[in-house]
Amino acid sequence: MSFPWAKHYEPKQPLMRWMDEKLPLPRLVYNAVGAGYPVPRNLNYFWNFGVLAGVALVCQIVTGIVLAMHYGANALVAFGSVEHIMRDVNGGWFLRYAHANGASMFLAVVYIHIGRGLYYGSYKAPREMVWLLGVVIFLLMMATAFMGYVLPWGQMSFWGAQVITGFFSAIPLVGEPIRILLLGGYAPDNAALNRFFSLHYLLPFVIAGVIILHIWALHIPGSNNPTGVDVKGEQDTVPFHPYYTAKDGVGVAVFFLIFAALIFFSPNLLGHPDNYIEANPLSTPAHIVPEWYFLPFYAILKSFTADFILTGKLWGVLAMFGSILLLFFLPWLDSSPVRSANYRPTYRWFLVVLLVDVLILGYIGGAEASARNVIIGQIATAYYFAHFLIILPLVSRTERPRPLPNSITEAVLAKHGGTSPAQTALAH
Amino acid sequence: MVRTIALLIGAGFVFVLGIALFGTVSTAISDPAPETAEHEFHLHPKDAHLPSAGLVGKFDRQQLQRGLKVYQEVCAACHSLKFVSFRDFEQLGYSEGQVKALAQAWPIEQPSVNPDTGEAATRKNIPSDRVPSPYPNEVAARAANNNALPPDLSLMTKARHDGANYVASLLTGYQNQPAELLRKFPDAKTPTGLHYNPYFANLNIAMPPPLTSDGQVTYDDGTQPTKQQMANDVAAFLTWTAEPNLESRHGAGLATVIFLAIFVFLTIGAYRNVWRGVKH
Repeated sequence: MSFPWAKHYEPKQPLMRWMDEKLPLPRLVYNAVGAGYPVPRNLNYFWNFGVLAGVALVCQIVTGIVLAMHYGANALVAFGSVEHIMRDVNGGWFLRYAHANGASMFLAVVYIHIGRGLYYGSYKAPREMVWLLGVVIFLLMMATAFMGYVLPWGQMSFWGAQVITGFFSAIPLVGEPIRILLLGGYAPDNAALNRFFSLHYLLPFVIAGVIILHIWALHIPGSNNPTGVDVKGEQDTVPFHPYYTAKDGVGVAVFFLIFAALIFFSPNLLGHPDNYIEANPLSTPAHIVPEWYFLPFYAILKSFTADFILTGKLWGVLAMFGSILLLFFLPWLDSSPVRSANYRPTYRWFLVVLLVDVLILGYIGGAEASARNVIIGQIATAYYFAHFLIILPLVSRTERPRPLPNSITEAVLAKHGGTSPAQTALAH
Repeated sequence: MVRTIALLIGAGFVFVLGIALFGTVSTAISDPAPETAEHEFHLHPKDAHLPSAGLVGKFDRQQLQRGLKVYQEVCAACHSLKFVSFRDFEQLGYSEGQVKALAQAWPIEQPSVNPDTGEAATRKNIPSDRVPSPYPNEVAARAANNNALPPDLSLMTKARHDGANYVASLLTGYQNQPAELLRKFPDAKTPTGLHYNPYFANLNIAMPPPLTSDGQVTYDDGTQPTKQQMANDVAAFLTWTAEPNLESRHGAGLATVIFLAIFVFLTIGAYRNVWRGVKH
């Protein structure tokens, strides 16, 4: 796609012209993330997080490939090989801490990216396919992160694998055979570790492939923007390069600053101490908890404590998978034509409640299962489903949105109060 | 259509959660979870003020050497250190020759094979060896310790919450069970063979108090070997065994963060420059 006013790639150097004739790769890049991609001029810093997710994926692939050169995917040596990386491999501690914390950075960035999409209605027509592919990427990331966490073969690795593959045994009749098929045995062992390593190496490249589709689908309608109003003309856009490469540069620099602070000053902050104890099938940890990025889903799983037709466990598993799968239907659950929650006075507050709700679920997921915590978790889980499946469809029908600006440019000029640059200069 | 189905599914989940919530609340009222001794008497570790703590903490080489001595003379009788090699002790400030001598004199020998007969044998340690385990295997370790397994200490300070402080607190935390605990929880009396220690997760630890008196270890550098001092020193030593690269990590971190902070300002400058005159 492109808007008619998009700049065209015109190679001047003979070598680049020759290249363009044989393989127009520079042209592709120019049109994808160069001056050939017109982008709304009013994007805020929340629009950095797509690029940041890409940066995080590259960091994970680079550190991961080098780690795989030193890691031993065998239950007998896996834990020791990680310590070998930490102690004997040159810069090994940096690689491992960068990879472990890189997973957290990746998920954190993607959560903000998803939140941005929810708030500004980026999932709505004509960008449904972008959203659907995004949910696919998120699911692949969760699978990759889970399998990666098993590889160090510590206590939480082992028992996490035990618990998560145990979900499948909640399915009636076929559940247990499926679990055994996934693990390659009755409990996590060498067979499971090997296949998890193989898939953990494969899936990031699948993610990279789906990201290409995600960006391709995005480039057909072009980027959304904080007003949610469509691009009307050339004055509404600026070329991606240099405007958004410069803005993304700031985001990337801040991303690496936070990332470095984590790696160098508190590399084990987000991990669990039990994973520095080698896996032991005969000793169950007091509290089995997943990594922080899975805690809200873990809280949802734990909230279904009563049997009703189905067992509580099966309800929990259905709800946990359902809590993500429902995102696939979001573009059709929300019938409001207004994209940006800035212009949706009612829905906006429900979104704020949802954010607090997910944070509460995260806390409950990691906390001990006291009666108080279970009650809070059950209420929070109920809100999560009610928000997407009941409140959102109803609110989007009844709500009266605030008037939208006629164009992006009008919104931008209104924000600047119509003052000319000269007056602004005088005021300083 | 999608919205109707969603409404039904949403109502279904909320309904089932309502049933579950009712169950939780009624159980909490009719049958509240009993207080436990672990919950009430477990203590969080005290701050041992180790020099390695904090964002740019460093090791105190003298302290690490004292800690090694405590490990060698007290802990090593039961606990292995399987991820640490003798050559690593050069990082504590010992010379190559000193490490060689230390390995040679280590009381537990390295398992080996008799080169003439092929039978199992032992030989003296050399610097490239890992510190040998005091027991040949887990069964032997349990048999010698009332069926408790002394854990490997290489990663101990990372394998427990607030690990370094935990080690120091645990080693000095042995005491008689408080009378109040026995009054409130008569069933929670420490079983024979275990030892009351409020810093241990379930309050009763199988390890007998390892540091029993001041002066148990003789320090070479003139430091007073009080129990607290020995506990802190061995905690510092185990911080090093768990994270031998801590100092270079902190050093590299400081440089990286300063570099990136400058880089952030440069990118902000570039951003302002590019966007000058474009309202957004």
